[in-house]
Amino acid sequence: MKPEQEKQTATALSDAIHDLASRIPREIKIMEVCGTHTMSIHAAGLKKLFPPNLNLVSGPGCPVCVTEKSFIDEAILIARKYDVVIATFGDLVRVPGDEGSLAEFRAEGGAVKVVYSPLDAIAIAKECAPTPVVFLGVGFETTIPTVAATVKTARLQGINNLYVLTAFKTIHPPLKTLADKPDLDGFLLPGHVAAILGSNCFDYLVKDFHKPGVVAGFEALDILIAVRDLVSMLAENKPAIANDYKRVVRDAGNPVARALMEEVFSPCVAQWRGLGVIPGSGLEFRHKYNDFDAAKLFAVGTPQSKDDPRCRCAAIITGSKTPAHCGLFGKECTPEYPVGPCMVSSEGTCAAYYKYGGA
Amino acid sequence: MCLAVPMKLVEMVNEDFGRVDAGGVRTDVNLMMIPHAQLGDYLIVHAGFGIEVLDQEEAEIRLDLFREIAEATAGLEVD
Repeated sequence: MKPEQEKQTATALSDAIHDLASRIPREIKIMEVCGTHTMSIHAAGLKKLFPPNLNLVSGPGCPVCVTEKSFIDEAILIARKYDVVIATFGDLVRVPGDEGSLAEFRAEGGAVKVVYSPLDAIAIAKECAPTPVVFLGVGFETTIPTVAATVKTARLQGINNLYVLTAFKTIHPPLKTLADKPDLDGFLLPGHVAAILGSNCFDYLVKDFHKPGVVAGFEALDILIAVRDLVSMLAENKPAIANDYKRVVRDAGNPVARALMEEVFSPCVAQWRGLGVIPGSGLEFRHKYNDFDAAKLFAVGTPQSKDDPRCRCAAIITGSKTPAHCGLFGKECTPEYPVGPCMVSSEGTCAAYYKYGGA
Repeated sequence: MCLAVPMKLVEMVNEDFGRVDAGGVRTDVNLMMIPHAQLGDYLIVHAGFGIEVLDQEEAEIRLDLFREIAEATAGLEVD
């Protein structure tokens, strides 16, 4: 599309959203579940295109933001005690723990390697053998199959010095908790998690909570059309699950990816920053793959990490506060010196507000 | 972190890997999760893995819809 045409489409969709929202005489609150959506919305300045009674709030779909501080501390304690190499996605390295961040640990001489793909951890393990390499496993269903595939590949290749410290999260349990909140009207559903799980898997939002959900892509127009469809369903009081990202998301998702994930991991209880303990919302290694489990093999106990009591990340992840409500935001807490994970992650709500404005 | 971008599959490297072209830069991605991928397909790539194949027909339908919306507005302005 030509930029001019794109602009026209955006204006037309914005007009349609204004029109539909004017038929709802109250504040409408829609949650964008996925952090990548949060970033796209802010980068494209979409909030300016919405009517005053339509409020988009960020959700828990930023893996770094929902990871407990104790996870960072556990990784650093393991690295110190057992002299392992840490392999991690770049997003995690600047998250502050009570033991400092992984970046600080690296500056002190600790071995922390940033990877783009979990498969890179296999290359690192080969290079560093016999030194143990611990990959930090964070992420949702988009990322989890890539780690499962890596673990399977490592086993096939006979790699015996690669381990994973897991803090994976699955999307349905927290979404059910949030769908139960009366002030949330509908959900912009995560496109790439849905690519794995399928658009059909969100039916419970309608059946159990009478709330609409629309699977959305990540371009500005993708998001605008999904918001239009959500507001339309709210205006007509006809909640449904719609798929506005059909070019990528199939009704039943990607069964091969799900089979990989299910072969290697099984559900377990998980601790979420902001949402607390949610049964069945995490993943642990199945018995057959226990020899990859870094938490079992490199025991350091669960660190009793303490969050800065002034940090509002927990409330921001659940959509009940915005960064404007946080006294640290933009003052003591900046991308350079972050206090909470929402400022560290490139897709964290605070980072998005800081970079693009709009608090 | 769930960022994933379309890249064109231009070469099969081996059973598990294919070479993709992303704006002139070539890189290898794992195809384990998309065994049905064919040369010329656009793959949705996340963390070094193809996680889905882009449905070009659906992509066209969506683009047509966006163009229609744009044209309808342009028409209104003329009227």
